[in-house]
Amino acid sequence: MSDPPLIEVADLSLKLNNVNILNSITLTSTNPGVTIVMGPNGAGKSFFLRCLHGLTTPTGGSIRIFGNTILGTSTNQAMVFQKPVLLKRSVIENLKFASQATTRRDSIDNALSLARLKDKEHFPANVLSGGEKQRLVLTRALLREPKLLVLDEPTASLDPASVQIIEQLIQDFTGRGGKVIFVSHDIGQAKRLGSEIVFLHKGKVMEHSIASDFFNNPASEEAKAYLKGHIII
Amino acid sequence: MLINAFDDALTLIISADSDLIEILLLSIKVSFSSLAIAGMLAMPLGTILAINNFRGRKLVITFLNAMMGLPPVVVGLFLYLILSRSGPLGILELLYTPTAMIIAQVILIVPIVASLTYQVIEELNREYNDLFLSLKISPQKAVFAYLWDARYALLTTLLAGFGRAISEVGAVMIVGGNINHLTRIMTTAIALETSRGELSLALSLGIVLLTITLLVNAIVMSIKTFAAEKGYV
Repeated sequence: MSDPPLIEVADLSLKLNNVNILNSITLTSTNPGVTIVMGPNGAGKSFFLRCLHGLTTPTGGSIRIFGNTILGTSTNQAMVFQKPVLLKRSVIENLKFASQATTRRDSIDNALSLARLKDKEHFPANVLSGGEKQRLVLTRALLREPKLLVLDEPTASLDPASVQIIEQLIQDFTGRGGKVIFVSHDIGQAKRLGSEIVFLHKGKVMEHSIASDFFNNPASEEAKAYLKGHIII
Repeated sequence: MLINAFDDALTLIISADSDLIEILLLSIKVSFSSLAIAGMLAMPLGTILAINNFRGRKLVITFLNAMMGLPPVVVGLFLYLILSRSGPLGILELLYTPTAMIIAQVILIVPIVASLTYQVIEELNREYNDLFLSLKISPQKAVFAYLWDARYALLTTLLAGFGRAISEVGAVMIVGGNINHLTRIMTTAIALETSRGELSLALSLGIVLLTITLLVNAIVMSIKTFAAEKGYV
């Protein structure tokens, strides 16, 4: 019997305050790498990710990840939010709080080194720079050893060095067999990391294709306009 | 007359008058005991109210807010009826003991600390909720995390409770009886000595009471400033 699709979304709808946020989204991803979700502001990308992670209950439809129906958050998944949420504690305490009971201290030390935060382990997390905070929350998510990493614009307004470190951490994760679903507006980054692209507009999937196909030959007018930097209404 | 009373009051303080020290120590014992008990009850209660959305939650919050303005003499009267020999808990023989005074103060402080804790934790919950859901943190672990991470803000709520306890007269006068060498504390002693025209002891107690209040405030403010400088607030 073949493995179930990694992500299977069927007729997903979300309505908040009488406004349709997501409209009958259906997609199946068997691609093990990084799925980049793109689209203009207000397309519903963040809500789509929240639904995938079980943080927002959809109005209709279903989501299956690794064959399991999503009814709430799962330990198989970890999410990084656009605005880093950090406990009012030191860097190391933030990591220990989220670690599993079985996580060894040397794993934490290794994760800190990879995120280039080893020398700041005893710093209060709130005094870190924006890039360091986002590296810390990504490291914290990775320490949970998830199978799926859900990232909502983790590199928005970060310096190039932090972006590079975060991209490296993501590539290391996918190299170990992890699946990533990642919202980004950065076309260069999407080309560097993405193996497939989901393009959302007004809560609908306008395109879902291999990254090279999407960038070389976008099918929809909306995606063409988006890639040219035009305003899409 | 006023200058003489001040002179005598300062002499009592400088000479560490035995009556004054006895009253002072009992006041501190009663106030800090009631604050500790009220804190242990009210802080988890305020936190649970802030992070759980159960039926009747708003009713409990409204009730707690209303109880913040509870008239101490009414609390004293009800407690007197309950603890008096013919009352339901008369068998415990607690009336006119420091324990009865502590119970009265706990009843007065719990709504203040719980209500202020609720406000502090509700704000923190808006920041942490998605993270805790995402990490699948257990409710017990979440309660401890909220209380720990809000510890510096919660010092102010304890300070408000301490202010209420140390300055309270009506309830402790009724259930304590203001008995010399047994249940006489600073506020009840001030009331008694003033009515007897013994202004020097009343003034000396007043000066000590003010000094304690200022000292506790200064310590708490210093801790909060230190925490803010370190980035833990």
